[in-house]
Amino acid sequence: MKRTTQALGALGVVLFSASMGLADPVDDTLIINEETEIVTRTAAPAHISDALDEVMSGWLFRGAETRAMQADDFDNPGMIFVEQAEEKWASADGSEGKSCADCHGAPEEMAGVRPVYPKWNEAAGEVRTLEMQINDCRTTRMGADKWKYTGGDMVNMTALLASVSRGMPVDVAIDGPAQSTWEQGKELYYTRTGQLELSCANCHEDNYGRMIRADHLSQGQINGFPTYRLKNTKLNAVHSRFKGCIRDTRAETYDAGSPEFVALELYVASRGNGLGVEGPSVRN
Amino acid sequence: MKLHITTAIAAVACATSAWAGEIAPTQVAFDDGQVAQSLSGAPGDPVSGREIVGSKKLGNCVACHAVGDLSEVPFQGEIGPMLDGAGDRWSEAELRGIVANAKMMFPETMMPAFYKTEGFIRPGNAYTGKAADETFGPILAAQQIEDVVAYLATLKE
Ligand code: HEC
Ligand code: HEC
Repeated sequence: MKRTTQALGALGVVLFSASMGLADPVDDTLIINEETEIVTRTAAPAHISDALDEVMSGWLFRGAETRAMQADDFDNPGMIFVEQAEEKWASADGSEGKSCADCHGAPEEMAGVRPVYPKWNEAAGEVRTLEMQINDCRTTRMGADKWKYTGGDMVNMTALLASVSRGMPVDVAIDGPAQSTWEQGKELYYTRTGQLELSCANCHEDNYGRMIRADHLSQGQINGFPTYRLKNTKLNAVHSRFKGCIRDTRAETYDAGSPEFVALELYVASRGNGLGVEGPSVRN
Repeated sequence: MKLHITTAIAAVACATSAWAGEIAPTQVAFDDGQVAQSLSGAPGDPVSGREIVGSKKLGNCVACHAVGDLSEVPFQGEIGPMLDGAGDRWSEAELRGIVANAKMMFPETMMPAFYKTEGFIRPGNAYTGKAADETFGPILAAQQIEDVVAYLATLKE
């Protein structure tokens, strides 16, 4: 009798979740350290309003415990890496004997930088990610070696730069000289890659809110990067996440820092224009 | 390099001819999304098919579909329709066509083709993120497709 009840109960759950269709993200507000309110849900920017009405942070698709971890810096494991980056920020490196702080002052002076990257760089004639800009400072201004694109030092530094912009709205420019890169990123977003022939849009535009096996699909926004993932207990860079998602379509991925991923990052970032910067966020 | 490819093709051709009656992924005849003939030339085994549908390492159909009969499998997906009653809704030839290449029945569908080896953009070597190599084959073998079809046919309401 007991076994039958359990079996029926399990079936009930399956039937219920399957018939729910597009499950709603949670109705919750993200306030960090009881002071910084983050916009996790807002009207879609005009350039994607044909595809989505609203844009939503991945935070709204995570469980209560994961959401709570991000709301308090003492509980957010990503903040340990921010502290490590604060040390690097103030340490001289390279042949010029300079630190980041020597040119830029306190990390807080960089508030407002994260939300506008990737960004067109006029002198270089290219769209640059924050990582590219950090490495440019290291090589041309400090005379130091480049950091590995998704390595520990780099991802920690991007976490520090995100943390001082938390709550500011993502606002990447997609027009003017950045437009062709943006178009390339859009093309990649809708290309069905790999043996499973899946595009980013298949999962994150057409099916967000639904379960794909054990995962609750979000819109795949990048306002929360870098993300501390409970799954691998470290900070994860945007391009590492792109790699993982493309790998999961049984495809040959692009490399971190490749022109393709730079373009894709600009496009995906633009889909989240208006969402608050959250990095380092907590995800599963 | 050229020699290499020729050898590989020869090897595949030999391997295929080992099972008389097996239809290669590139030779499947779709008629209105349906495939009439068994891909392996043999009947399917529903017990094996049940395992393939539920297993993450095999068909992983439950990533997208819920199946009431597989209630012991946790975390079933919500992307595609529930498969309960699929055996009532579809004939064997239709089920075979849907599993082999669902895009023949439902154009643009998100459902992957499980018996297809050509026409992909940046095909990879399984889930490694690396480019496909000469071991690249369909996600499920001919007999596995038949087993899945046999299992789906048992899903009656
Ligand atoms: C087969 C389904 C699938 C495809 C295709 C896919 N993703 Fe994902 N993606 C997931 C899952 C599952 C997660 C984890 C849950 C979530 O946050 O949505 C995820 C997470 C993400 C995240 C993290 C979101 C956050 O809040 O931390 C980003 C960013 C992302 N994906 C971007 C992409 C991009 C860009 C592409 C295409 C290049 C892509 N995804 C393709 C399944 C997919
Ligand atoms: C990535 C998602 C995905 C995976 C994996 C997947 N399917 Fe599907 N499947 C779908 C979608 C979506 C549909 C609905 C067809 C459409 O697009 O209109 C569908 C439709 C079907 C149908 C017809 C459903 C009905 O009753 O009307 C059957 C049968 C089916 N799938 C079987 C399978 C089997 C068996 C497997 C694994 C070997 C599988 N699917 C794997 C997404 C998926």
